[in-house]
Amino acid sequence: MNVLEVRGLTKKFGGLVAVDDVSFDLGQGEFLALIGPNGAGKTTCFNMVNGYLRPDRGTVRLNGQDLIGVRPRKIVRMGVGRTFQITRTFLSMTVIENIQMALISHHRRIFDMLSRATRLYRDEAEALLRLVSMEDQAGRASSELAYGDLKRLELAVALAPDPTLLLMDEPTAGMAPSERVALMELTAKIVAERGVSVLFTEHDMDVVFAHAHRILVLNRGGLIAEGTGEEIRGNPLVQEVYLGGGTVFGQAEAGAESEADHA
Amino acid sequence: MGFYVAQLLTGLANASSLFLIACGLSIIFGVTRIVNFAHGSFYMVGAYLAYSIVALFPDSILGFWGGVIAAALIVGLLGLIVEMTILRRIYHAPELFQLVATFGVLLIIQDMTLAIWGAADKLGPRAPGLDSAVRIMGEPIPEYDLALILIGPAVLAGIWLVFHRTRWGVLVRAATQDREMVGALGVNQAWLFSAAFVLGAALAGLGGAIQIPREAVSLQMDLSVIGDAFVVVVIGGMGSVSGAFVAAVLISVLNAFAILVFPQISIVLPFVVMAVVLIVRPYGLFGKEGSGHGAPTEPEQPLRLLSSRATLVLMALVFALAASPVVVSDFASILLVDVMVATLFAVSLHFMMGLGGMVSFGHAAYFGVGAYGAAMASNYLGLPMMPAMIVGPLAAAAAALFFGWFCVRLSGVYLAMLTLAAAQILWGVTFQSQAYTGGDDGILGIWPAAWASSDQAYFYVAFVLCIGGIWFLRRVAHSPFGYGLRGIRDSDVRAEAIGMDVKFHQWMGFALAGTMAGVAGVVFAFSKGSVFPDVLGIAQSVDGLIMVLLGGIHALAGPILGAGVFVLIEDWVSRLDYWRFIFGMIILGVVLLAPDGVAGGVDRLLRALGLRREGQA
Ligand SMILES: Nc1ncnc2c1ncn2[C@@H]1O[C@H](COP(=O)(O)OP(=O)(O)OP(=O)(O)O)[C@@H](O)[C@H]1O
Ligand SMILES: [Mg+2]
Repeated sequence: MNVLEVRGLTKKFGGLVAVDDVSFDLGQGEFLALIGPNGAGKTTCFNMVNGYLRPDRGTVRLNGQDLIGVRPRKIVRMGVGRTFQITRTFLSMTVIENIQMALISHHRRIFDMLSRATRLYRDEAEALLRLVSMEDQAGRASSELAYGDLKRLELAVALAPDPTLLLMDEPTAGMAPSERVALMELTAKIVAERGVSVLFTEHDMDVVFAHAHRILVLNRGGLIAEGTGEEIRGNPLVQEVYLGGGTVFGQAEAGAESEADHA
Repeated sequence: MGFYVAQLLTGLANASSLFLIACGLSIIFGVTRIVNFAHGSFYMVGAYLAYSIVALFPDSILGFWGGVIAAALIVGLLGLIVEMTILRRIYHAPELFQLVATFGVLLIIQDMTLAIWGAADKLGPRAPGLDSAVRIMGEPIPEYDLALILIGPAVLAGIWLVFHRTRWGVLVRAATQDREMVGALGVNQAWLFSAAFVLGAALAGLGGAIQIPREAVSLQMDLSVIGDAFVVVVIGGMGSVSGAFVAAVLISVLNAFAILVFPQISIVLPFVVMAVVLIVRPYGLFGKEGSGHGAPTEPEQPLRLLSSRATLVLMALVFALAASPVVVSDFASILLVDVMVATLFAVSLHFMMGLGGMVSFGHAAYFGVGAYGAAMASNYLGLPMMPAMIVGPLAAAAAALFFGWFCVRLSGVYLAMLTLAAAQILWGVTFQSQAYTGGDDGILGIWPAAWASSDQAYFYVAFVLCIGGIWFLRRVAHSPFGYGLRGIRDSDVRAEAIGMDVKFHQWMGFALAGTMAGVAGVVFAFSKGSVFPDVLGIAQSVDGLIMVLLGGIHALAGPILGAGVFVLIEDWVSRLDYWRFIFGMIILGVVLLAPDGVAGGVDRLLRALGLRREGQA
């Protein structure tokens, strides 16, 4: 069965059609990449799936349940985790407390006024830290972390409520190339172990071709191709958009890094 | 018909002075991101200076207008001194520091004005050549009002020209819209900031100077105008000059007509209008998202649980406090009750401000509602002390739930301004509902129950409520709820992404802080035996802010130390002449020399003594 089913998703901003009649499925345990040049509509697509934007038309179903009009925090509770293009962490808390907060919220203990937050769900939080190999940094202030570590922390936070679907918008943006590979390998490993399905956007084609099971290509709001890495590489339309169209991979990347997360 | 035209003209004339002061405030905020409480002082000093200079040239038209302009220029100079000696050092400090520092400046200027001009109000001369009235549609209109009506738009046009036709003006607008860009251009920021501050101060001085033919010059001018000026700036949109003009006209004209229907409305009307505007347009009429945010604050260190040794020390202190009535004099135990009340008030403010990131300029509202709730329950319903002590916090909780619902929809300076508006509305209502609240005369004769009437017995009542309240808030700070508030402050996007209901959580945090302030208010009311409207006033709210700052905002223990130090200093200083001056100097000293407050110092000490755990909690 498909975890996510997107049908006819459309969003206009004024006269601009940012996302135009996009449909796709995401299977159980699948690692699906959504690529496309700058401004193709990837982030907009994401934000419609996770509830931050309301589409003009179309449906999004998660395990058969309709997601349109559901608030982002409810969608999280339905099993959709997300990481941000620009990391968002609780900087005044330690690394492990960031994960504990996600667990506390997941277990609906956030209005508890008497327990000590730092003592709740410590074991689970430590297990998650081990998963991203950060157990030795548990007690550090998250404001002191290096950028790559912050990204790993975000991944652990997103995994805390044991999501069935993970949405990652440019998970490696702003990282050094070696770190990118490491992070995506880690993600791929976790996906395989836990059976999580992942939808991610990415500008680094090496990352995409190395890890994605399947690739969707978006251009000017519309899906122009879909297939495995081999098929996408050989697709003339995609080559046209990426190479003939003037946007080379390197440029696309540089643009992505300066851009702020829309959510 | 003529009557309404006359009302309209009066409204427009009032708008001019309000616009001058508000646009100065707005320019300063736009460029430097400082919310300048001392702006009211510039206005007041402008009026005093104009009064003295004009008196040198009686009946001279040139003397009058020359005096007005000279006053404005001198105030500009005063602004330069303030900017160069104080504000320049705190542009990168958190909003609270800046606010409290400018409040210190306000106190200092107030006492200096008192020393120079004395306490008596001054009546300025009429403007020569404009001292009679003309008839418009049969109604007499003072000529001077007509001149004022022209001055507002003339100044607006002048500022527009400066902002659009000079390089400096273009930079000011750029700085207002995009702060990073100016830094990137490599512009000499210090110069840009000083010039903006001088211009803003001079405009406020001009606003005060042109008022001398219309109202008595007094030492109350500073605080009485600053509330309205804030309102105008917020309604117009922080940093927007034309917004300030539209808002000043809106407020003044509405007021001119509203007083025909409700003569008492003028105190609350501006704040009601502001509340309505902010709810409909969260960044004011001409403001932009983000324009209400000050300098970003540096990340805070994680909270640590106390080590067992520190817990022991703390317990020992609490026991010492509990035993103190046996040892110390009655006078000292009354002072200790004051300290405990102030501490709970400061801790509750710190809870929403330090942990929750919701800066409140009007926290006294809930303290006051608690105090009045208990006082009214005891006097009108005839309730004994204990039930009245429950009514007070419930009333405060209701008020905090009501106003908090609106406030948490905003953030940054706009949220702070809405809390101020809420407090001013409550203050105005209390002040004017003579029949229920006694108005200015307050409510007297609120005495504790017979068993608690000795100073010692009441000490224990206060001890249980205040120390209990402080303990509870500390406990909550370490709980998931408190962590949640802190998380929202750090990143509301992340909070939502882990499934938190951000607004609801903040609303509950606001309500809890208000309720606990209400508890402090109740203890206060029964310890003093009376309540007056100033328990809800701006000065009381600012006292809370100063306590939090004195103690250090980044530490849970901060407000506890800050309140203690504050009450002791106040108790000592307020017996001296010119205590405002001394107090202002102390505030500036803390802001400039010890920005992490008393708690920062104690924290360093504790670490040195090994009483505070490093590393994992
Ligand atoms: N809130 C908005 N209002 C108006 N236009 C928007 C908004 N959000 C996005 N757009 C526009 O919609 C189009 C798609 O934007 P989107 O951010 O989804 O692209 P993207 O594929 O994520 O690009 P990038 O690779 O740069 O992140 C762009 O032209 C963008 O300018
Ligand atoms: Mg994007």
